[in-house]
Amino acid sequence: MANLALAAAMTAATETSSDAESSTGFFGWLFGSDGFHAPTVDEFYPPALLFEGTLFEFNRIELARVIAAVVLMLLVWLVVRNAKLVPGRGQGAFEFMLDFVRTQIVEQVMSKENAKRFLPFLTTLFFAILAFNLTGVIPLINIAGTSLIGLPIIMAVWVYVLYLGVGIKQHGLGGYLKLSLFPAGVPKGIYVLLTPIEFLQVFILRPATLALRLAANMMAGHLLLVLCFAATQYFFFEAAGFMKSMGAVTFVAGFAFTLFEIFVAALQAYVFVMLSSVYINMAIEEEH
Amino acid sequence: MTVLNQLVVAAEEHGESSANPLIPAPYDILWSAIIFVIIVVVFMKVLLPKMQAVLDERAELIEGGLKKAEEAQSEAAAALEEYTAQLTEARAEAARIREDARAEATAIVADSRTSASGDAQRIVETAHKQIEAERQQAIVSLRTEVGALATELASRIVGESLADDARQQRIIDSFLDDLESQVDSKQKAEG
Repeated sequence: MANLALAAAMTAATETSSDAESSTGFFGWLFGSDGFHAPTVDEFYPPALLFEGTLFEFNRIELARVIAAVVLMLLVWLVVRNAKLVPGRGQGAFEFMLDFVRTQIVEQVMSKENAKRFLPFLTTLFFAILAFNLTGVIPLINIAGTSLIGLPIIMAVWVYVLYLGVGIKQHGLGGYLKLSLFPAGVPKGIYVLLTPIEFLQVFILRPATLALRLAANMMAGHLLLVLCFAATQYFFFEAAGFMKSMGAVTFVAGFAFTLFEIFVAALQAYVFVMLSSVYINMAIEEEH
Repeated sequence: MTVLNQLVVAAEEHGESSANPLIPAPYDILWSAIIFVIIVVVFMKVLLPKMQAVLDERAELIEGGLKKAEEAQSEAAAALEEYTAQLTEARAEAARIREDARAEATAIVADSRTSASGDAQRIVETAHKQIEAERQQAIVSLRTEVGALATELASRIVGESLADDARQQRIIDSFLDDLESQVDSKQKAEG
């Protein structure tokens, strides 16, 4: 019996090795390469998984977002469910991050009373962006939820409505417009120049740059990683001779960029929340 | 942004896609909104308040602990003060008692000294009186006896011939011997 099994295994092995040439089967798919493809913007328009062509079209990126959201809420729920006065390891880490958002971002910008008021939303924003960004480097997902512009736009619009809302609530519509379009302490003639700039700033550029900065960073990161790993695949399994060793270089580059993307994921979450705090603070404070 | 535009241009040149990554597809907006709203609601209504409750409880506990410690400290300080006061008082009292005792002892000594000297004086007086009385008695008895003896002696002297001095001397000696033996026998009889 044992001999038979061994013989079968050996036959299978020789067959596999001979089949590798023709690029079929799982290993063929994994190690095969049919020429080098530079990544394009089509990376961000993957084929639909569900409801193709409708408003509800659901593709790989939406799936990544759903996974990120579910995992995020699950992790936080697991921590919160068993939250104790004396924190364990997980709770300690979560509290560290909460504390980071509070002391290093929001309270750096606003007074403590204001920070208390906006902290829940800004904390949520930070965790959400971090989770959506990190899916870009998580194996098998490999695309950031924020690399498609829709989600950054939703978040930026939320912040936009929030700061306009609190500004108008604080100063009244006229008061807020006067405050933001005609900053005090400037000679009257300058308003000809300043007011249009301020208008662009407050009503267009702030939300637009919030969304674009996040999406562009995540897109660029994804394209870099795809480029590195596509090149590695090509060099290792298709290029001949000396060029094969180039694969090592691109692989190391891909490794480094993966680490860099983790850093960028955290950095962009930090930047987005920091700027949101600044915009909200500008809307509520008397003078700026 | 320029990089993105170049990518878009490049993609269009390749004829692979006409999508602009800066313009969201309707489905993108829809799903993003749904997912983000769910996250915001769950975080702000459920998760963060729960966490905040724990954090608040901890802060309260720590503040309570600090307050308690402060109270304990002030209590201890008060107790120490009281103790010190009591100690001072006790010391003062002890000193007073010692002083009193010393004064009392001095008084007692003085008293006993005066009473002792009184006693001594009385004893001495008594002794003096006794001696005086005995002397008086002796004088009285001597007076009677000396009279009798003198009479006896005179009669003996007269009865004997007082011819020579030697004889006279002998008579006196025998008289004195008699007298001595008389006194001795008298003493023996008394003793």
